[in-house]
Amino acid sequence: MSARLLKHGAPSPVLVTAIREAALTGLLVVVLAVPFLGLKIENAGNGLLLETRWPAAFIAVGLAMGGRVLLVLGREWWHRPAVFDRFPGTVFLSERPLWGLGMAGILLALFLPLLLPNRYAIDTATTLLIYVMLGWGLNIVVGLAGLLDLGYVAFYAVGAYSYALLSLYFDYSFWLCLPLAGLLAALFGILLGFPVLRLRGDYLAIVTLGFGEIIRVVLTNWNTLTHGSQGISGIPRPSFFGLPFGVAVEGGPVTFSAFFGIAHDPLHRVIFLYYLILVLALGTNAFTLRIRRLPIGRAWEALREDETACRALGLDPTTIKLSAFAIGAMFAGLAGSFFAARQGFVSPESFAFLESAIILAIVVLGGMGSQTGVVVAAFVLVVLPEWFRDFVEYRMFLFGAAMVAVMLWRPQGLLSHRAPTLRLSPGPAPPH
Amino acid sequence: MAEAMLAVEGVHAGYGPRLALKGVDLHIDRGEIVALIGSNGAGKSTLLMTLCGHPRAKQGRIWFEGRDITRVPTHDLVRCGLVQVPEGRRIFSRMTVLENLQMGALTSDSRHFRPDLDRVFALFPVLAERRAQRGGVLSGGEQQMLAIGRALMSRPRLLLLDEPSLGLAPLVVRKIFATLEEINAGEGVTILLVEQNAYHALKLAFRGYVMVNGVITLTGTGSGLLANPEIRAAYLEGGG
Ligand SMILES: Nc1ncnc2c1ncn2[C@@H]1O[C@H](COP(=O)(O)OP(=O)(O)OP(=O)(O)O)[C@@H](O)[C@H]1O
Ligand SMILES: [Mg+2]
Repeated sequence: MSARLLKHGAPSPVLVTAIREAALTGLLVVVLAVPFLGLKIENAGNGLLLETRWPAAFIAVGLAMGGRVLLVLGREWWHRPAVFDRFPGTVFLSERPLWGLGMAGILLALFLPLLLPNRYAIDTATTLLIYVMLGWGLNIVVGLAGLLDLGYVAFYAVGAYSYALLSLYFDYSFWLCLPLAGLLAALFGILLGFPVLRLRGDYLAIVTLGFGEIIRVVLTNWNTLTHGSQGISGIPRPSFFGLPFGVAVEGGPVTFSAFFGIAHDPLHRVIFLYYLILVLALGTNAFTLRIRRLPIGRAWEALREDETACRALGLDPTTIKLSAFAIGAMFAGLAGSFFAARQGFVSPESFAFLESAIILAIVVLGGMGSQTGVVVAAFVLVVLPEWFRDFVEYRMFLFGAAMVAVMLWRPQGLLSHRAPTLRLSPGPAPPH
Repeated sequence: MAEAMLAVEGVHAGYGPRLALKGVDLHIDRGEIVALIGSNGAGKSTLLMTLCGHPRAKQGRIWFEGRDITRVPTHDLVRCGLVQVPEGRRIFSRMTVLENLQMGALTSDSRHFRPDLDRVFALFPVLAERRAQRGGVLSGGEQQMLAIGRALMSRPRLLLLDEPSLGLAPLVVRKIFATLEEINAGEGVTILLVEQNAYHALKLAFRGYVMVNGVITLTGTGSGLLANPEIRAAYLEGGG
C-alpha cells in the first residue's frame, strides 16, 4: 500500500526529510531566539523593563528553517541520481586529490573577516573573489567548451549596467536586479553565440574581441541612456535582505545596525559584500563541478576535443556552443551586477579589453578547466600585484615575465589535471 | 526484392564548388557487411560523411529504412540508428575510456547503458581493463576499439566505419575485423566498411563497391571482386 502511495500521491521522501529537519531546526532556534532575540531587558530609569522583539525572533526562526530546507534540497540535488547516474552500475568520482585543498580554501575564506578584520584586506579579498568568479565563469566557455572568448568582459559590463540602469530608471532593488542581470547577460551570450557558431580558434577570438569592444563603445556613446563616459553614479548599495547599511536617521528605514542592536560600523557593509561575492563565487563553482557530470557539461568537454566526433555521436554543436556562451555569460552578468553594487558607480572604463585579457590569463594560467587552478591564478594575477604596489612601474613587466615563466615550465597551466568523473560501481552488474 | 536498408541514389556532394562525389548509387540490405574500396582521394570518406549530412548532398537522395534522410540534421541520424566511426578514430583523448563510452550512450535510453557496456567489454576485453585510463594514452589499436565501442553504445542498426585498419599492425587488424564479423553476425548490425586494406575488407564483406574519382565503377560479391584481375592489380598487389 505504501509503495503505491509513494508512487502516486505521496510527497517525495526528500520533501519529508526537509520538512522534518526544518521543524527540528525551527524548534531549536525558537528555544535560542526567544531569550536572546525576542526578549530584551532595557534599563529604564526606574528599574528594569522587559521589552519584546518578536519580529526579530520570528525572522530568525524563519531564516533558520528556510535555510535548513534549502540545505536539504541542495544536498539532495548534489547527490541525486541525475541524468548521468541514471546509468545503473556507475558511481561518480569527486575531485579527490584537490578536495582537501578546496575545503581548506573555503574554510579560510569563511573566516577571513575574523582573521583580518581590516577594510583593506577584505576589500582586496572581495576583488579577488570577483576575478575568481569571472575566471570560473569563463572557464566554462574556454576551459570546458574550448571556445576562445576574448570579449568576456562584455557580459560583465552587461551585468553591471543592467543593475545600474534598472535601479536608475525603475528603482529596482539589487536583489531583483541580480537574477535579471544574469538573465540579460545570458541573452547577450546567445546573441554573440549565433554569429560565431561556425568559427573556431583564431577567428572566434577575433570576433569575440570585436563584440567586447562593441559593447564598450555603445556604453561610451549612448549618452542619453548610459551617461556615456561619465558613467552612472549613485547606484544603490545592496541591503541586508531589506535592511540598509548606514547610519540610522530619525524617521528613516531601520538599518542593519539598529535592527541587530549593534553600533554602526562601515566595516559591516564591506564584510557583507565580501560574503555576498563569496556565496556567488562558490555557487558558480558548485554549478560547474555539478554540470561537468551532466550530459551538457560532458558535451562541452567533448566539443572542446572534437566537433566532428560530437556530431557523429548525435550531439548538436549548435546547442552545446550556445549553452556554453549563455551560461558563461550569465555568471559574468551576476558578477557584474555585484561589481556595480559594490562600487556604486559604473563607467565604460572598467570594461576595457585589458579586463578580458586578465580574466583569460587567469583561466589559461590556472590550467584551462581546473577550478582550483583559477583560484591560484587569480591570486597570482590580482593579489600579488596589489602587494607589490611599490613596484607599480614594473607591474606589467613582472606580469609578462611571470607569464613567460609559466609557459616555459608549465605550458599546460598551473593545474591542468582533469579529474575523471565516474567509475563503475563495484560488484556485478545489476540484473536486467 | 526487399527494400534496401540504405539506398543512395545519384548523390553529388563536395566541398565548395568542387565535387568529390559525382553521382553515387549504392544500396545496402539489412544484415549485410558491405565494403567500399578505392584509392586515396576517391571520395570514400566524403560519401560516409554525406550519408551523415556533413557535407550535404547537392543532388540525389539518401534513404534509410524507408525514410528520406537527405536533409535530416547530422546529430539526429544517430537516434535513427545510423552511426559512424569517423576516419582517424576521433576519441576524446582527455576523457577516460569509460567516459568515452558514456559519450556514445548519451542518445540512447540509460537503461541500456550497463548491458551495452558489458557487451562492448565482452567484445573488447582490453577496454574493460583500461576503463579508467585516459583515451589519449591508449595504443592505436585500442583507440580504434574504443572508437568502435563508443559507436556501439549508441545502438546502431547500420554502422559506418571509415578505415578502421588505418596504421594498425596486421595482427590487430585481424582482431578488429574478427570483432566486426561478430558484431554483424552476433548482434545483427549492418556494416558499411570503407577500407584501403582491400584484401581484408573484401574477404569479410558480402558485397563490395569500388569507387574511382567520385563514382562507383565496379560492384560485386566480396569473393568475386577479390578474384577480379583488375582489382588485384589496382588495390591488392602493391597498387593503390
Ligand atoms: N574538408 C575538405 N575540404 C575540401 N576538400 C576536401 C575535404 N575533404 C576531402 N576533400 C577532397 O575531396 C576529395 C575526396 O576526399 P576523401 O577524403 O573523400 O577521399 P578518400 O577516398 O576518403 O581518401 P583516403 O582513402 O585517402 O581517405 C579529395 O580530392 C579531397 O581533396
Ligand atoms: Mg578517407
